[in-house]
Amino acid sequence: MNVEIKQLEPILKKYEGGGRDQLIPLLQEVQNTVGYLSRESITCISRKMNLPASKIYGVATFYNQFRFTPQGKYHVQVCRGTACHVKGSAAILEALQKELGVNPGQTTRDGLFSLEVVACIGACGLAPVITVDGEFHARLTPELVGEIIETYRRKAAENVKA
Amino acid sequence: MAAIEINGRIAEATEGETILTVLRRIGVRVPTLCHIDGLTPTGACRLCVVEVEGMPGLVPSCAYPVRDGMKVQTHSPRAVRARKTIIELLLADHPDDCLYCERNGCCQLQDLAEELGVRKRRYAGGHRRANLDISSPSIVRNPEKCILCGRCVRVCEEVQAVSAIDFVGRGCRTQVAPPFGEGINVSSCINCGQCIVACPTGALREQSDIKKVSDALSNPALTVVVQHAPSVSVTIGEEFGLKPGTDAVGVLTTALRRLGFKYVFDTGFSADLTIMEEGSELIHRIKHGGKLPMFTSCSPGWVKFVETFYPDLMGNVSSCKSPQQMMGAIIKTFFAEREKIDPKKIFSVSIMPCTAKKFEAGRPEMGRDGLADIDAVLTTRELARLIRLRGLDLNTLESDEADTPFGERTTAGKIFGASGGVMEAALRSAYYLLTGAEMEDLNIKNVRGFDGIKEARLNINGIDVGVAVVSGLGNARKLLDEIRAGRDDLHFIEVMTCPGGCINGGGQPLKVDQEAVKARMRALYKIDREEALRTSHSNASIKRLYDEFLGEPLGEKSHHLLHTHYVERDVV
Repeated sequence: MNVEIKQLEPILKKYEGGGRDQLIPLLQEVQNTVGYLSRESITCISRKMNLPASKIYGVATFYNQFRFTPQGKYHVQVCRGTACHVKGSAAILEALQKELGVNPGQTTRDGLFSLEVVACIGACGLAPVITVDGEFHARLTPELVGEIIETYRRKAAENVKA
Repeated sequence: MAAIEINGRIAEATEGETILTVLRRIGVRVPTLCHIDGLTPTGACRLCVVEVEGMPGLVPSCAYPVRDGMKVQTHSPRAVRARKTIIELLLADHPDDCLYCERNGCCQLQDLAEELGVRKRRYAGGHRRANLDISSPSIVRNPEKCILCGRCVRVCEEVQAVSAIDFVGRGCRTQVAPPFGEGINVSSCINCGQCIVACPTGALREQSDIKKVSDALSNPALTVVVQHAPSVSVTIGEEFGLKPGTDAVGVLTTALRRLGFKYVFDTGFSADLTIMEEGSELIHRIKHGGKLPMFTSCSPGWVKFVETFYPDLMGNVSSCKSPQQMMGAIIKTFFAEREKIDPKKIFSVSIMPCTAKKFEAGRPEMGRDGLADIDAVLTTRELARLIRLRGLDLNTLESDEADTPFGERTTAGKIFGASGGVMEAALRSAYYLLTGAEMEDLNIKNVRGFDGIKEARLNINGIDVGVAVVSGLGNARKLLDEIRAGRDDLHFIEVMTCPGGCINGGGQPLKVDQEAVKARMRALYKIDREEALRTSHSNASIKRLYDEFLGEPLGEKSHHLLHTHYVERDVV
């Protein structure tokens, strides 16, 4: 029994006796609390809700909003909406993947960055755009991506020293 | 009642049944891929689309209910064109390696491409890349060949109540897979192989042991011994064009000898042995207040199911090994000793209707001193392949008889292959063990047939015995939940993993309809009707085995060699 499962208990209690139609709100709440859907959480939900883990995993992987790895210290969202796409967001995403060495939905090994693709963040005027922990970085080029990531790496290193 | 018009002809129908049901009944064939009789229609593949007058689009006949006065066109140019396009689209990201595919010649996608006259690649899609999942000892998954019809998913969920696999991901990245991106070996898959039988393509197949067996057969240092399960002789013929329900045991024995197996044994023998042990165990439990009801333990899919989903009932499962494993244990001990062969130099093969038997053979409990009792398991399909490879044809071979002493079986051991067979065989012998007399009528007809749950009550020597027979684990779940809830009028329950029993196992010939499966069952009961020895305790070789080696049922040797234990498993 780890910390994570302890965090689940009140949520599971709330949804006790709920059927399949309760699954998505339950998963959302678990993700909000724990940060992601771990294997342990899913098996635990499966047992409590009497639903096969394969079903839960199937539902969860259908939706982009669910993640299966913990979020990094800095959460990077890449906009792949229409305007950003026209302005070259595919290349931005590629540059980020190369720089971080992870695919969308994953977290770097050092736990610093997690990468997510989102449809539109409503900042089309700034396209192509990414956000890092909610901070916007506008009118990007693939070259700028490396610099941005580097500033966060430095920030993290300073925090450690301090 | 409703009258509907199909292709200009009036057909009678019942309001509420699907168009497809009516079409099948009147002999109009529309192709289907995702449809399985008796399970929820999903309308996923849309191959069964037909034109219904007044409807703007085509409707899937498998999911569309009949209405009085409805006018249906099944093969209008529009419907046929749509079907062809569907197949062309399915082929767009298919690997197209039919020549190298396990299912070459036995693939519904291939058949439909042929039937609909697909002659060129009209849509060139990107190739879906996916990892081959070879993690399971029983089942190989190749998601690249999957057309996402969902038949395996529904069979796993609705028939077997296991749900080891489901659709994972979304859109063109969707796969049918166990959870967490893991191999199927760590999932709650029970290895029954019903998904393989359901799969229309080569996306699911058995983990093949053909190479292992061929290598052993060509190794002069090894004595290669084979046993074949009761249901194999009545199904293998189908692979060679014989009518379903033909018992080919004689030619099967010849074929096995020609393949190079030194000794050919019949698992029916160890089925008789199982009855002696299991019958005695049942009586012991009833007389000494043991855990009841007792469940049979011959079906390895079922055993893993209990270990995974009902660990609290593990103590109710008979401790007897399955006939395959009993035979395996006897071969590498008694037989090796008698024939003066080093057990390490014996390669023991079994021919099974089952993919879960492959898993069972690999269980660490199933052997001694690091030596497995069964070295390789071939399904009926694999054996047919091996026989063809050697250029043998069951149609032209002459009959032969199995070797003594483990080739001798009674018909009680033979009917093990059908749901209800183990129960019937066990009751015949339990009656004898309790009363010292034979049952007046050896036929216990209410445990036979294809019903998912069958129950009967008998009075044996003043003891009122309640028995139940279930096949298909979805049905088992229903009964298990009743027992968990406190039902206590049953003493003995036979469970077979596959609907109808081993005759419909996950390793049996593919592409058969329900009629063929029924014929297989009839064949087993025909043997039971026609032969003289119909009770396990009347098997002279069994008696001799107890006299010369084992001692008595449930004795110390039996305990070591013929009984086993179970382990609780995680549900994933």
